[in-house]
Amino acid sequence: MTEQFKGMKPSRRAFLRGAAAVGGATAMGTSAAAQGDPAITELKPWNQFLGEGVDASPYGMPSKFEAHVRRQDVPWLTADPISSINFTPLHEMDGIITPNGLCFERHHGGVAEVDPAEHRIMINGLVDRELVFTMEDLMRFPRENHVYFLECAANSGMEWRGAQLNGCQYTHGMIHNVMYTGVPLRLLLEEAGVKTEGKWLLAEGADASGMTRSIPMEKALDDCLVAFKMNGEALRPEQGYPVRLVVPGWEGNMWIKWLRRLEVGDKLWHQREETSKYTDLLGDGRARRFTWEMDAKSVITSPSPQAPITHGKGQTVITGVAWSGRGTIPRVDVTIDGGVNWHEARMSGPSLDKSMHRFYYEFDWDGSELLLQSRAHDSTGYVQPTKDQLRAVRGLNSIYHNNGIQTWFVNSDGVAENVEIS
Amino acid sequence: MSKFLKKSTLTIGGAMLVIGVGQSAAAQQYNLGREALPEEVAAWDIDVRPDGKGLPVGSGDVYTGEEIWIDKCASCHGDFAEGSGRWPVLAGGIDTLDSERPVKTIGSYWPYLSTVYDYVNRAMPFGNAQSLTDDEVYALTAYILYSNDIVDDEFTLTNDNFLDVQMPNAGNFYPDDRVEVEMPLFSVEACMSDCKPSVEITMRAAVVDVTPEAETDAVVEEAAAEPAAVEEVAVVEVAALDMALVAAGEGAFRQCKSCHQVGDSARNRTGPMLNDIVGNPAGAVEGFRYSAPMTEAADAGLVWTSEELTAFLTDPRGYMRGTKMTFRGVRKEEDIAALIEYLKSFEAQ
Repeated sequence: MTEQFKGMKPSRRAFLRGAAAVGGATAMGTSAAAQGDPAITELKPWNQFLGEGVDASPYGMPSKFEAHVRRQDVPWLTADPISSINFTPLHEMDGIITPNGLCFERHHGGVAEVDPAEHRIMINGLVDRELVFTMEDLMRFPRENHVYFLECAANSGMEWRGAQLNGCQYTHGMIHNVMYTGVPLRLLLEEAGVKTEGKWLLAEGADASGMTRSIPMEKALDDCLVAFKMNGEALRPEQGYPVRLVVPGWEGNMWIKWLRRLEVGDKLWHQREETSKYTDLLGDGRARRFTWEMDAKSVITSPSPQAPITHGKGQTVITGVAWSGRGTIPRVDVTIDGGVNWHEARMSGPSLDKSMHRFYYEFDWDGSELLLQSRAHDSTGYVQPTKDQLRAVRGLNSIYHNNGIQTWFVNSDGVAENVEIS
Repeated sequence: MSKFLKKSTLTIGGAMLVIGVGQSAAAQQYNLGREALPEEVAAWDIDVRPDGKGLPVGSGDVYTGEEIWIDKCASCHGDFAEGSGRWPVLAGGIDTLDSERPVKTIGSYWPYLSTVYDYVNRAMPFGNAQSLTDDEVYALTAYILYSNDIVDDEFTLTNDNFLDVQMPNAGNFYPDDRVEVEMPLFSVEACMSDCKPSVEITMRAAVVDVTPEAETDAVVEEAAAEPAAVEEVAVVEVAALDMALVAAGEGAFRQCKSCHQVGDSARNRTGPMLNDIVGNPAGAVEGFRYSAPMTEAADAGLVWTSEELTAFLTDPRGYMRGTKMTFRGVRKEEDIAALIEYLKSFEAQ
């Protein structure tokens, strides 16, 4: 079993895993019949000897057999790991919550190590009272808990021109789904008193990139949170410790980490990340801006290039995730024949507004080649388009907001590959 | 959101009726936080808008900008803002936006000059943010305009003429229209059976072959198995090094970090990784493509002794014409000694 975690290109690893599994299954069949499964008949060390005591790992870590489940970057994507991105290992996950240590990272000036005792949040600009809050002040406001997905606008951005990266970690892993605890941004703004001409909010981070984004006041007063906990514990440094902005359903870049300042203004600021970046260049050379909402999207996470079918034909589970910046996902369709026929998948787990949803489709695999796709329907009635449908509207140069349908080709050995189909 | 707008209007109306004044929406007060002092707001509020709000008084010309540029920006963005490695290209690219390979630069893409000033002022140079004076930011902004052929070499940018500069691509942005253009297109009933006559694979990721290698478990196991050995080595090294100097070097190394890495996970980036440099042959880091002169020097037997490194770091391009290291050189002598000591702390066992 150890060879299945040995590193190599996922496709090759996948091939070996598939081959080993096929061979293993045959051997297992005979040996089990002849002298019993050693996993049962032999005494294992953990059956016999005592394990570690309670304090061996004061902050618990995953099993050593899960060491391959981790974030990974694509080195050629960026000039430098300090201003770069890595990817959530979606292919190894289930349910809807992303564990904190697996949430993808995107930094523009590295991870700021902020001492919460020296952190302040300022509200200035068009308000009745320009205010400064300490972290302690912040935690005295009424708090709320919400599960939201955060998707980078560039998620799947490398796939605009065609199938490029083999693995849903790389094609779709700029996303995580977390329960946040925080104070509604509205309460902080009301404490300062927004003047009637205050139509825009500038949120600014304390990191070395001085990250800034303009947010329309309607959104700021609607459902944004100033969050300090993720999945029950303090934000991780790479997610903005001690405090970040949560902008539900909208592109991840707006969720300012290490949040230190909120400025109210009558116009927006046109900062670098809302002009030079995070604007969608279309085929005619013009660009869309203010493309904040994340369109409905889904992906099959298993089988996928990093998670091939290793058990041979028979009962097979297809699973994946779906989400929409405009609401919930009441339905996902799955096809195994490249979109000739579709099947309604089974949704499982809570269906929350602007949160990831989990779907399953179980079937009896006959061992023939598969072309797998999933198609999300969101609560507005929007249906996830194909990549070709998107390209017809937007061209090839958009980089951002690629929510097209993903295709995995699975061969008869169970090995999966990222492909595009007619 | 339209719902909110109505609600907000009502609240404002209500407040005005009740207390007769109040420009703002009435809401519960928790009496938390304190008033921000003017000097505190001034320290943090450095943003600049396209209408000039937030622009400080100041000026800078193209020539001054070029000097600062060579000093502080060219190592990543190139001498003429043409970019180096995968760092952003800041000049050129005019008329490429509708082509197959658009080049989005400040000249070809950015709609507002205020964004250049604001961003350089808040985030540049990479790794030493907010270290430029207002006049330096004006000068750099002027130089970037010049490198994009938007102004001539005699140009001086000031807070007075700032709004006169028009960016070529300003008119080519429009607000998100997905709700009107795409949502009707994609909000239609989905076909469930016999949706197409046949299916062909038209493209395969395996052909492109750019998926990164998964890191091997062997590496992880090795790292996990040998912490004791690593610690031991570290102890030996510590004894031989001037740790105060190493600490100073760590600070000085910030100016190198945007191109060079050191330590266990160091990789080649714009520059080679710098483990095992001091006392070893030049041009020898595996996988890094050195400049021709560096390769020649290496072939001729150049070894990075402290003396040679000092000379190189003082004036890279004077020391070796044609080196890829487009860095101005380390200004302070004590920084060089500290850097070399710091690099020594990354020697192999």
